[in-house]
Amino acid sequence: MIASIIFYLFAAVLIASAVMVVSVRNPVYAVLFLILCFFNASGLFVLMGAEFLALILLVVYVGAVAVLFLFVVMMLDVSKNAKQQFRRYMPAGLGVALVLFAQLALVLGSWAVDPGAVRPVVKGAGQLENTKALGRALFTDYLYPFEVSGLILLVAMMGAIVLTLRSRSDARRQNPKRQTGISVAEAIEVRKVPFHQGVDP
Amino acid sequence: MSIGLSHFLIVAALLFTVGIVGITVNRRNVIVILMSIELILLAANINLVAFSVYQNNLIGQAFTFIVLTVAAAETAIGLAILVVYFRNRGDIAVENANLLRN
Repeated sequence: MIASIIFYLFAAVLIASAVMVVSVRNPVYAVLFLILCFFNASGLFVLMGAEFLALILLVVYVGAVAVLFLFVVMMLDVSKNAKQQFRRYMPAGLGVALVLFAQLALVLGSWAVDPGAVRPVVKGAGQLENTKALGRALFTDYLYPFEVSGLILLVAMMGAIVLTLRSRSDARRQNPKRQTGISVAEAIEVRKVPFHQGVDP
Repeated sequence: MSIGLSHFLIVAALLFTVGIVGITVNRRNVIVILMSIELILLAANINLVAFSVYQNNLIGQAFTFIVLTVAAAETAIGLAILVVYFRNRGDIAVENANLLRN
């Protein structure tokens, strides 16, 4: 009973905030609703028993992706007064939505889970907890996909840097060759300092 | 009434539909379209995790990892392209994105 109440709460807030993401006018609010969306999705994950993925969802999305979105939204200063043409595109959007959801509902309705195939997780002795089991799977059976995902991140990072790097001609840069090639003679100067008189600069 | 697999699948289907509508309706800026893509990927993740949990099989959750990674990479690259585009054009409205037309 409690579980179903929690499920409906999380699901309702999830769908509502997703609707707000696509319909709200100010992109900053859209990002904030996206964060709410991810919080609720992670609640659903916890409800299903996938704790580790729930926390990863929070860390990756709320911690990294949403902050990235916020930075870009604030940096680009998107003109807010651009007219949102909901009325013009809403029929097309609703049509697409209706068709898609009808198809998904047809698929869901015409298809039943074989009761033998559903094996609910039994929490008990001898069963690994979610995090441990997932870690064991990721580092043994799925090691190559895991490594490849790391590679994807590396490539994405390099791509983002290369895309946004801008070399400015008026920037003052270090010149490592000159810096390391300097000799003692031109670097320091030894002077005799007379007592109580100091030195001329 | 207990919560079963189909409940999660219906939530994911709704979320997916909302994401598609977001892509279709939005003509104002590309950032919201990227966010809609995030919603769609989240719906896919919910499906994967639901099946994985209800079949007591960890493949789905391992695959969700890959999807999360690809989503993060896609966001980073998309936003980088957006920044470059904004630098060149001065706005990011989808309707004005017709550089290749003539």
